[in-house]
Amino acid sequence: MREAGMAGHGAASAAATALLAAAGAGAPRVPPAGNSIIALPLWWTIQWRAGNSCKFSLLDSQYSFRRDGKGTNEADSMSIFELWGHGKSAGELYASLKNYPTDKMLPYLQSDSTYKVHIHTFNKTLTQAQKIKKIDALEFLPFRGKVNLKNPEHIFWILEDYGMNPNDVPEEPIHLYFGRWIADGQRELIESYSVKKRHFIGNTSMDACLSFIMANHGRVKPNDIVYDPFVGTGGLLISSAHFGAYVCGTDIDYNTIHGLGKASRKNQKWRGPDENIRASLRQYGLEKYYLDALVADFSRPIWRKGILFDAIITDPPYGIREAPRRMGSQKETVKSVERSTENHFFISSSYHLSDIFFDLLKFGAEYLVMGGRLVYWLPIYRPEYTEEIIPRHPCLKLISNCEQLLSSHTSRRLITMEKVKEFKDQDANSYLLDGQYMPYRGHNSFRDKYFSGVTKRIAKEEKDNQK
Amino acid sequence: MKLLTHNLLSSHVPGLRPGGGFPLRIEAAEVRVRPVPFNAAFVSRLVPRLRWDALREAAESLGRPSELPPEPTPGYEDDEEFLRRLHHVLLEVEVLEGSLQCPDSGRRFPISRGVPNLLLTEDEA
Repeated sequence: MREAGMAGHGAASAAATALLAAAGAGAPRVPPAGNSIIALPLWWTIQWRAGNSCKFSLLDSQYSFRRDGKGTNEADSMSIFELWGHGKSAGELYASLKNYPTDKMLPYLQSDSTYKVHIHTFNKTLTQAQKIKKIDALEFLPFRGKVNLKNPEHIFWILEDYGMNPNDVPEEPIHLYFGRWIADGQRELIESYSVKKRHFIGNTSMDACLSFIMANHGRVKPNDIVYDPFVGTGGLLISSAHFGAYVCGTDIDYNTIHGLGKASRKNQKWRGPDENIRASLRQYGLEKYYLDALVADFSRPIWRKGILFDAIITDPPYGIREAPRRMGSQKETVKSVERSTENHFFISSSYHLSDIFFDLLKFGAEYLVMGGRLVYWLPIYRPEYTEEIIPRHPCLKLISNCEQLLSSHTSRRLITMEKVKEFKDQDANSYLLDGQYMPYRGHNSFRDKYFSGVTKRIAKEEKDNQK
Repeated sequence: MKLLTHNLLSSHVPGLRPGGGFPLRIEAAEVRVRPVPFNAAFVSRLVPRLRWDALREAAESLGRPSELPPEPTPGYEDDEEFLRRLHHVLLEVEVLEGSLQCPDSGRRFPISRGVPNLLLTEDEA
């Protein structure tokens, strides 16, 4: 678990530290064309793969991780290391290090130099004593310099990968790496946008790293207008604004938009008066990119006809953390009655998953510029997943489909689509006829399955958090 | 609410005639001008997406009648003075309190603390 400030975000942080997997072994097929994410330990960051050029490459008999300048935003770029050795066990790593040519090591191990060794684990937390033990085990390397933890000339990293499944963490790492740090890509950027530091967070605030990846998949660029129809506390907008796009969002929850109501942060009873999306952007010096946040129901057509947005980036409410809602009608079962702070009563009823996709894809097809992108998360009940269930629209081309594991039988997929065809009114409903969405049409059965494991976990976390 | 947003919104009361509900009529009780750094490239990109008459009408309703020409000037991309005026109207003028009124049905959507509330009640939806 992360530190106290994040304790209220059990599922979100577990999700965040899980991996996005698409091209990896065992993962379902990904579309051959376009860009996709490949899975690697998060520390190495999730890499951008453009076409066939993978950036994990073999160079001069050593692996090195390179940044690829092709990405428009480089949010998916990563730290660069000179890899000195790696292996599937500590023994293999040491053997590999002993094979690394000494003349390549020595320039960085001189007695007049300073250094430090970091250890980073993925999907497991080590105690300080365990870390020191692992660092000490590298004594056989000819370190001659002085240790300097504050401002070393050379930094070495041990990276241990404990797999991708947060529910099944092996005793020993499945892969270990040792390397000399050369440069950081945008990892620092991601750290500076950590949710822990953010002004305004809700229960499902998107992890900073993932929100940057979403903005990157959305090909967000300066002077774009980016829209999030389920904006919540606006986490996704921050990364888009970082790339110079002007941002707007809508949400059905009056209190969230206004920054009112119970705080999501632990040990904080109510949101402060200035906790709203604009204040969050201001905190990062991005207020100039704020357009507006509105209280609106995504199932209602509040926008006039026209090409209005360059990208739509969103994390729709699937009821996994925060219940999906839309304005109720008398026909539907009334689940709750809430009172906003104004004299409006609104009634929330469940917003069917199939309807969310219907609305979202149709909206993207209609309101995006040609070539504009829709990026969103799709919840998956893994035992029944096939690529055919990914919602389609004749005006939208599937660009990428990446999986993030949430539990052994649930995951969510980051879906990126690009508008490739002008929208005509007759396109609006045609895609519903071809037998897709079956898992989502039976909204409740899908959710029941999805929840069968997740609810137990969330309930447990919430119980833990209350202690 | 900025006037850019206003230019993109429409009423969504059920039963409107096709193309109806636009533009929403602004009834402003409190307006604020908040400076936003000028970005010529962005403003110029917005021009083709705007409904110009509605924008002028909105500016006029807020007591800013003469800030925009009847039409975008030809070659506006290089006309800094035009772009600065447009920038001001679109991004710096904000309605803080008031309402948006559907031109067809008369339904009012309240704006409070700068945020329009476009939700309908159960009976309307």
